[in-house]
Amino acid sequence: MTKPKVAFYWCASCGGCEEAVVDLGEDLLAVAELVEIAFWPVALDFKRQDVEALEDGELAAAFINGAVRTSEQEEMARLLRRKSAAVVAFGSCAILGGVPGLANLYESQDILDTAYREAPSVQNDDGTLPAEESRVAGGTLTLPAFSASVRTLDQVIDVDYYLPGCPPPTGLITSAVTALVGGKLPEKGTVLAPDVALCSECPRAATKPDKLLVTAFRRPHQQLIDPDLCLLAQGLICLGPATRAGCAAACPGGNMPCTGCMGPTSGVVDYGAKALSAIASLLDADGEDEVTARVAEIADPVGTFYRYSLPASLLHRRVRPAARHEEEEVAP
Amino acid sequence: MNREIVIDPLTRLEGHGKIQIFLDPAGSVDRAYLQIPELRGFEKFAQGRRAEDMPQITSRICGVCPMAHHMAATKALDDLYQVEPPPAARKIRELLYSAFMVEDHALHFFFLGGPDFIVGPDAPRQKRNILGVVDAVGLDVGKEVIGVRKQLRDLVAAVAGKAIHPVFGLPGGVSRALDSGIQQQAAAAAARAVEFSQFALAAFRTAVLGNPGYVELITSEAYTHRTHYMGLVDGTNNVTFYDGTLRVVGPDGKELLTFPGRDYLGHVGEHVEPWTYMKFCFLKDVGWNGFADGAGSGIYSVAPLARLNAADGMATPRAQEAYEEFCTTLGPKPIHHTLANHWARIIELVYAAERMAELAADPQITDPQVRTLPTTPPREGVGVVEAPRGTLFHHYQTDERGLITAANMIVATQNNAARIALSVDKAARALIKNGHVDDALLNRVEMAFRAYDPCMGCSTHSLPGHMPLTVDVRDAGGTLLHEIRRD
Repeated sequence: MTKPKVAFYWCASCGGCEEAVVDLGEDLLAVAELVEIAFWPVALDFKRQDVEALEDGELAAAFINGAVRTSEQEEMARLLRRKSAAVVAFGSCAILGGVPGLANLYESQDILDTAYREAPSVQNDDGTLPAEESRVAGGTLTLPAFSASVRTLDQVIDVDYYLPGCPPPTGLITSAVTALVGGKLPEKGTVLAPDVALCSECPRAATKPDKLLVTAFRRPHQQLIDPDLCLLAQGLICLGPATRAGCAAACPGGNMPCTGCMGPTSGVVDYGAKALSAIASLLDADGEDEVTARVAEIADPVGTFYRYSLPASLLHRRVRPAARHEEEEVAP
Repeated sequence: MNREIVIDPLTRLEGHGKIQIFLDPAGSVDRAYLQIPELRGFEKFAQGRRAEDMPQITSRICGVCPMAHHMAATKALDDLYQVEPPPAARKIRELLYSAFMVEDHALHFFFLGGPDFIVGPDAPRQKRNILGVVDAVGLDVGKEVIGVRKQLRDLVAAVAGKAIHPVFGLPGGVSRALDSGIQQQAAAAAARAVEFSQFALAAFRTAVLGNPGYVELITSEAYTHRTHYMGLVDGTNNVTFYDGTLRVVGPDGKELLTFPGRDYLGHVGEHVEPWTYMKFCFLKDVGWNGFADGAGSGIYSVAPLARLNAADGMATPRAQEAYEEFCTTLGPKPIHHTLANHWARIIELVYAAERMAELAADPQITDPQVRTLPTTPPREGVGVVEAPRGTLFHHYQTDERGLITAANMIVATQNNAARIALSVDKAARALIKNGHVDDALLNRVEMAFRAYDPCMGCSTHSLPGHMPLTVDVRDAGGTLLHEIRRD
C-alpha cells in the first residue's frame, strides 16, 4: 500500500512554524514513516513542478503556514488547494494573520517611508526608495511591488482544518498529522485543538476566584508577578478566558500572561472583540460609562486584543480614505 | 551565447533571494547583484505598541533566532526604563542566550553551511545537505545534533515559556527565578554541549583542515575582502554575545573605535539602493563610498569571523585554545577570508558551551531576586546583542505611558549586507569565465554568501523568514542564459 502524501509550505511567516516541525525531532521520523512528504521547500529538494505534476486531490493533506501577502504565495496556495484532499491552515499567521498582520494598521507607503527615509540611522538625502525597476551597471533589476494588505489563508483559498498557535504546540502537530493520514477526518472547519478556554488547562486555574473583579489593570513590568496565582487576579491582562487551550498554558508557565496566539474557541467571529469583552466583564465598575472609562485606560487595545488577529477581524485593516480604495485588494 | 539555458525551468517568483549575474560581450562577469525582494515593516507597526510587548513582538521577525530579538528588545527596555537587572536575572538571560547560540551555530555548521565542506563544494546538489553530512560522518552524528538541540531547546522552554518566541524578558530582569531543578537541567545540558562542541571542532579539523584543497579554497582571493570588523567585547577585549562594548578594527587590524551600544547612531549609518529592499550599513566615521573594500570604505562586517577579528581572544580555555590555532593557521589577524567564518563559528560554539557551563554552575543564578521594578519615566532605549549572525541593534522611543513612538532595528545580516554584496560580485567575477557556468560553479558563488549564514528574513524583516534563492545569468543583451533555484 502506498503511503499518503503530504506537503508543507510556508507563505508569509517568520520560520518559527517550520522550526516547530523540526522540533518534533524523533517524532518527525515517526511521522515520516507514516507519510510520504511530497513537498517541503525548507528541507527537501522537490520543486513546484513536482506539485504541478500531481493529480488533483492526490495529496492527503497540505499544511500551509504564514499569512498571504504576495502573488507568489497566493499562486502556491491555490495550487496546493487543487492538489490536496485537505488543506490545514498551520499557525496563527495562516489562521488569523499573525503579528505581521499588524502591518494592516498602516499604508504601504508609510511602511516604506519609515524604513527608508525616516529611520534615524538612514542617510538618504535624495529620498531613494526601492523601485520595481532600476537601471544599474550591467542591466536592469526588478523587485516585486510591496503589496497592500496581509490576508489570512482562508481569505484566499478554501481551508478544511485549522492548527492554531504561534507556533502550534508539537503535541497538536503530531496528533493532527496522525489523524489526517489515518483517515480519521474531523468535520470540515474543525480547529485541531481542544474547544475549551485556556484557563481549563492553566496550572493556576485553582487560584482563579469564582467571582473575579479587577479595579484597574496593571502592566507586567509594573509589578512583581506571583508564579502560582491566577494572572488576572494579579490585575494583569491575561487572555486565557477568551483563548483556546492546547498549548499547556506555555506563557503563564513562563510567568507571563497569555497573549492569545491560539485564537478563539468555536463560534467566535472576531477574536479581539471577544477578548476585549471577556476582559471588560471583569472590571469592577458601575455602569457603561465607568466601564468605558476603565477600558480607555488600557494601553494599546489593538496590540493587546488583536495581536495575532487583525487581518481576520471584522475590520481587517485600517479604514482608508475613499479616494484610494480602488487600488486596494479587499478580502473576500 | 544567445541561447537561453534554464536548469530549473521555473517562472521567476517573488519572495526569493536573487543573485543576478550580468555578463559582458566576452562572457565574463560585468557585475553580480544579490537582491532581497521583500519587506515587512516591523518598525512601522511597532508604533503604538506597549514597550514591554516588544520582546515578544520583535521575536516574530525571525522564528530561527527569536531569542536574539527577544534579548535585544529586553535590553532596550532596561535602557528605556533605566533599570539594572539583579545579578541572577542577568545570569539567567546570559545562560539561555548561550544555550541558544550553541544550538543555532550547530544547526548552521551541520545543516546549512557545513555540507559545502564535509560533503564537498562540487558534490552533486542532492548530496549537499544534512543527509550527505550524515553519509560522510555517520548517522550517530545526525542523532547527536538532534539530541543536543532538543536538550538545549527544552531548557529554554522550561525557563522562558517557549523556545520559539520566548516570553521571559522584562525591563529590569526576567519573569521568573531559576529553581535548583532547572539549574541541574541546565548543568546537564551544558555538559553535553561542551562535549558536543569538542566533537564539532574535531569534525571540522578532520573534514576541512585535513584537506589541503579546502584550506587553499578558504584562503583564495575570490573569497577575500579587506574590510572593517565589528563585534561586542568584554572588559578585556574578549568575544562576548550578551553584553559588552562595541569595538571596530580596521582592515589593518588596528582598533578604529569603541563605543557603547547607546551611541550607535554616531557610528552606524544605513545606505539605501533602489534595486533591493535590503539597507546597507556603513561606518559613519569613514562614510559610504560605494561598494568597495579597504580602509577608505565604511563597509564593515559582523558575525563569527568579524567578532574574532574585533576581539583579542576568547574568555574560556577550550575556546581560547581553538582561537589560537585559528590565528596561527590563517593569521596574522585580521583574517579577511570570508570562508573562515565556518571555523570561527565552531570556535564560538565552543565558547558558548563553556560559558553556559560556567553560568549553570554559578550558585548565584538561583537567587530569587530577578526583577528590578522601573521607577523612572520611559523615554528612549537602545539594546545591543551579538546575534549568531552578528550585531543586532534595537532602539525605541516612547511617550510617557511607555507606548512606542519610534522603533529602529538594525539586524545582523544588514550590517553584513554590503560585504555580502561585494563577496557575491567578486566570487562571480573570479569563477565565471567565457560565459561558462554550471551548477558546481554557481554553488561556489553561493558559498560566498552562505558563509555569512545570512538571514534574509531578519534583514529586511521580510517574508518569508528563510529566503530560497534564484541565480539568473544574463548576457550583455539582457537575455537570460541560465537560471538556478535553491529552495
